Amino acid sequence: MNQPLLALSGLTKAYPGVVANKDVSFEIAPGEVHALLGENGAGKSTLVKTIYGLVKPDSGTMTLNGAPYAPAEPRAARASGVAMVFQHFSLFDAMNVAENIALGMENPPPQREIAERVRAVSDQYGLPLDPSRIVGELSAGERQRVEIIRCLLQDPKLLIMDEPTSVLTPQEVDILFKTLRKLSAEGTAILYISHKLEEIRALCENATVLRLGQVVGTCDPRETSARDMAELMVGSALLVPERAARPTGETVLSLQGLSAKAPHRFGTALHDITIEVQKGEVLGIGGVAGNGQDELVAALSGEMRTIKGMVNYQGQSISHLGPNARRKLGLLTAPEERMGHAAAPDMSLTENAVLTATTRQKLANKGFVNWRKARSFAEDVISTFDVRTPGPQNTARSLSGGNLQKFVIGREIMQTPDVLVVNQPTWGVDASAAASIRQALLDLAAKGTAVICISQDLDELMEISDRFAALNEGRLSAPRPAQGLTVEEIGLMLGGAHDMEVAHVDV
Amino acid sequence: MIMLEKRAQPSRVWTLAAPIFAVLLTMICGGLLFAALGKDPFETIRTIFFDPLFSEFAWFYRPQLLIKGAPLVLIAIGLSFGFRAGIWNIGAEGQYIVGAICGAAVGLAFYPTESIFVFPLMIVAGVLGGTLWALIPGILKVKFDTNEILVSLMLVYVAEQLLASMALGALRNPDGMGFPGSRNLAKYDSATSWISENVGMHWGVVVALIAVIFAYVTLSRHLFGFNVRLAGQSPRAARFAGVNPSTLVLICMGISGGLAGAAGLFEVAGPAGQISIDFNVGYGFTAIIVAFLGRLHPIGILLAAGLMALTYIGGEIAQSNLGLPGAAIQLMQGMLLFFLLMVDVLTNYRVRFGKGAIA
Repeated sequence: MNQPLLALSGLTKAYPGVVANKDVSFEIAPGEVHALLGENGAGKSTLVKTIYGLVKPDSGTMTLNGAPYAPAEPRAARASGVAMVFQHFSLFDAMNVAENIALGMENPPPQREIAERVRAVSDQYGLPLDPSRIVGELSAGERQRVEIIRCLLQDPKLLIMDEPTSVLTPQEVDILFKTLRKLSAEGTAILYISHKLEEIRALCENATVLRLGQVVGTCDPRETSARDMAELMVGSALLVPERAARPTGETVLSLQGLSAKAPHRFGTALHDITIEVQKGEVLGIGGVAGNGQDELVAALSGEMRTIKGMVNYQGQSISHLGPNARRKLGLLTAPEERMGHAAAPDMSLTENAVLTATTRQKLANKGFVNWRKARSFAEDVISTFDVRTPGPQNTARSLSGGNLQKFVIGREIMQTPDVLVVNQPTWGVDASAAASIRQALLDLAAKGTAVICISQDLDELMEISDRFAALNEGRLSAPRPAQGLTVEEIGLMLGGAHDMEVAHVDV
Repeated sequence: MIMLEKRAQPSRVWTLAAPIFAVLLTMICGGLLFAALGKDPFETIRTIFFDPLFSEFAWFYRPQLLIKGAPLVLIAIGLSFGFRAGIWNIGAEGQYIVGAICGAAVGLAFYPTESIFVFPLMIVAGVLGGTLWALIPGILKVKFDTNEILVSLMLVYVAEQLLASMALGALRNPDGMGFPGSRNLAKYDSATSWISENVGMHWGVVVALIAVIFAYVTLSRHLFGFNVRLAGQSPRAARFAGVNPSTLVLICMGISGGLAGAAGLFEVAGPAGQISIDFNVGYGFTAIIVAFLGRLHPIGILLAAGLMALTYIGGEIAQSNLGLPGAAIQLMQGMLLFFLLMVDVLTNYRVRFGKGAIA
């Protein structure tokens, strides 16, 4: 077919202080699987929000099947046959699948009918789902199925998927891809947003690359190497972290049977986690979000106290110690949520330095804060880690995600810890900042610090870890040396497909 | 369409201008209120805001400013710590009463002995009384997660009953010919808190000023002040920084209760003079307005207390000279807080006039 399904021409959208999209034009053919590539801040989200009707462009036009297309709101987009699965799901944990789907509909038919249609569609596309299950009990992969089925019930011509595999294990990714290929074969086009280059090469036929709001290139991912696509995205040669020293073998932190109740109804309980971490090693802990990462970090940082003997530092039990006592010993952590947990958003960077560095950097004397010393420490962190900000008096909120993350991690690294625990260190961070953070972690390990890196990004973990373990439903798998681990093995360690009904696709 | 856009950093201009703007708005709306009541708005505003300071009888009114302002400053300083940390002590009035009762009881127990130890002991008793009364909602919150607003408020009514019972029973003046009320402590030399009645200076004023200095130093230079600010803004970051939320609740309730109790003691041993049924006049509640009007900042609280004291005294003058109902003054004081909270929005948000669909 010659006429494209969706054609964008000269789309431009500016917000105060930043041009999110500048003169973006490309086309998607019917049934095509089209990738949208770019770093964080490249303008991908704004672009798809424009297509879905959440954002009105300042200039430029769109056509759908040749006719002008300018949805005023998502409802209009859905009516035209455009559906979207967001990265962050809009589901109510306390209700079941059918009820959640009904909530998203204009005039929902009776529950039984919805349940029937859900069963039919899910079977047809190889995403089996029981409509009566409570969403709160579903894994992330299953929740994503609910979102996809919600879209499929509208019979879309274009399905937009925003970073769909960030919450899936490798096995679940395979299942998703089979579904997407089936949809594509039936004529539904797919606009696939991701920064995971290997996946895009496996799935997509065409790719548009955005950088700083503009289209910098198109390519066929099947014929382009991941490295070339990455360089198109970043615009400069990528810095690949180098690995250095090997671990010494001396255990510095050991967890023995660490167990804890779930902190609240939708939290995760920890079950019998046992592992020893050595000086100078990087232990990578992989796992999809929601499997106990936050709880594990809380048990390590001291925000959650545990039973004596569960958390041991250099042979002594520290389970009863609070965060500052642990900092004094040399155990530092950088939590996942940088705004509101690792840093106070409305406080200056100097005050945020006092937040964690007071104990080790002696920023207070008999309780009185030495603000000059704190400011100078903050300035050190800013210059050493290339944090882009006018100065330490600026609030944490005024920094971009990547820069704040550099500050938060840099603040901990500059306190020369003996053990550093980081949770999702490069989530939402642009590629160059991510590379420098990873290199900083490796440099720290080379100096003898034990680094525990908890991350959803398997590529990252494979890059920097010496040993790898998987966190699944509060349980930690036995650690394996990272070198030589295949994606298949990792996927199994992560729990495989979580005993989900294995999909069958009627092709 | 009016839209609010959050600012990246709170506006410095508006942080300072908001209270002034709020006062101006209050004067305007207050003026309209007075006009509706049949009084000349300009004369009334002048009576309330300018006469106490500059009229021919100002020599009488100015000491009153110190007397009325001191308890407001003392209580509001105590409250400001809790409020900054998100701990809402609304029962300062009750802590004020209990502090007064405890302090007066100690003083009366020593009567008629003259000794320099009597007054210091009374202060200790007053502070302890207020602290313990405030720790009741504090401990209940820590142990059972009860709402400290409700518990502290309800304890105010309990304290008022306690006051009545003391005034009529245990602390009643045996030489008082059957009238309710305790002995007059202001006339008992070892127990009085007066320094100079003519100028309106009593120990409460001195301690209030010391409290302002301590609070300023603590909030800006001490780790405890930092933790208080942190806990109010980002509770999760506070826990990450090692702040124990339970300890913080108890300390903040304790501080506000202790200072409120001290204010009660200084009042009963000076300007009020005796434990009587109508001893409390609402300082504990007005201090809440003072705390917010002063932006929870020690210097701001000092200025705001001055302003509120002004409206109290000016209000009394207006009542007697112009026949203005007392309730109208209270309405105006409430308006002040209301307008302040309203104008405060501009500190953190920018107003945009736009049309059409949002981006």
